Amino acid sequence: MSSLPEMTHAAATDRVSREALFEGLLRIGDSALILGHRVSEWCGHAPALEEDIALANVALDLIGQTQLWLELAGTVEGKGRSADDLAYLRDAWDFRNLLICERPNGDFGHTLMRQFLFDAYHHELLKGLSASSDPRVAEIAAKAGKEVAYHLERSSDLVVRLGDGTEESHRRMQEALEALWPYTGEMFLRDDKDAELADAGIAPDPASLRPAWERTVREVMTDATLQVPDSTFAHKGGKQGIHSEYLGYILAEMQFLQRAYPGASW
Amino acid sequence: MVAATRPSEEQIWAWLSELPDPEIPVISLTELGIIRSVEWQDDTLVVKVTPTYSGCPATSVINLDIETALRRRGVRKLRLERQLTPPWTTDWISAEGREKLRAYGIAPPVDGTAADGVAAGRIARMTGARVTVACPRCGSTDTERISQFGSTPCKASYRCQDCLEPFDYFKCI
Ligand SMILES: [Zn+2]
Repeated sequence: MSSLPEMTHAAATDRVSREALFEGLLRIGDSALILGHRVSEWCGHAPALEEDIALANVALDLIGQTQLWLELAGTVEGKGRSADDLAYLRDAWDFRNLLICERPNGDFGHTLMRQFLFDAYHHELLKGLSASSDPRVAEIAAKAGKEVAYHLERSSDLVVRLGDGTEESHRRMQEALEALWPYTGEMFLRDDKDAELADAGIAPDPASLRPAWERTVREVMTDATLQVPDSTFAHKGGKQGIHSEYLGYILAEMQFLQRAYPGASW
Repeated sequence: MVAATRPSEEQIWAWLSELPDPEIPVISLTELGIIRSVEWQDDTLVVKVTPTYSGCPATSVINLDIETALRRRGVRKLRLERQLTPPWTTDWISAEGREKLRAYGIAPPVDGTAADGVAAGRIARMTGARVTVACPRCGSTDTERISQFGSTPCKASYRCQDCLEPFDYFKCI
């Protein structure tokens, strides 16, 4: 069932190039998709049943949001590609997710730290997008934002509990923070496409999200007795399609069925 | 001819109110507040449905149930539309729906806390207040949250400290 209003379609593409809007939507949708897939790898493996269920539900929210973002991306692109086509039939270099989303899960603490760093960003991003000049973008962001409020609440709580927990859990959380920190800078980098979308009021300028993100991160890390690294080095490239080797493995698993049996459905 | 056999919108609402939510069958789709509008556009019936959560796996089942029920009642031309705005909120669960949830063993969402997309617990923490979720079995307010996410994304897991029973809480969104 799809029902995107045709009249707003023309209006939105007047303000911005079709290419920039398509790319911008892939960046949001692909990050949700790849992180959602990563988190779903925990299904059946989490340290406690409640955590297993919670992780599966977070993954489900992210995949559901992906469906909405990529469906809109396909509409904007105008080549008849569905959300499924975009998810299952693109190669690694066509993906636009942030590199942090494809990082391996590591231990439970590492997964939670990655989730928290992303949730804090995702929450701010969706807040900005819900004021988008493109109503199609705004309505998806408003919907997703309510779900992500719960993701952020949960990951903040757990980062505090594990950081301010035992000596062992504290050590692991500090290690996770240091390992993932260089992957946070990419969230706030802006290129020409980001600038075009920001100028048209379609998406917030990535750099503008940083102060609020940092406030949340520092507040939670203080409660968690964890030390925020000083380094400002940032790995980048995911938004432009330059990925780590990990994405290939994710896609190999995620896309296997559609690649082996094209058009399969059930 | 068509107009004469066309069921009224009130009639359509009545039929839809008989359809149970696939995951929580004690509550109907209309009590859940996900049917946003029912309208005849010429000879086509347009039903607008809003998803509870973006990834709710019940969405396609719900659409199929609506379509099956209306076709069985003789509605020939039917279009289901997804409506995202305004996003679904637990505030739309009717009073009857909340009572049915409680009787079924699911604590209904705490009233009036779903606004702004900010989770109830977060508001509570910021204001220093405590969100009290009453045990649907014994009514005790001495309950604790086990997990933010329960058997489905829309529920959290709680445990009653008095009767010791675990229960689902339909969380505010
Ligand atoms: Zn009880």
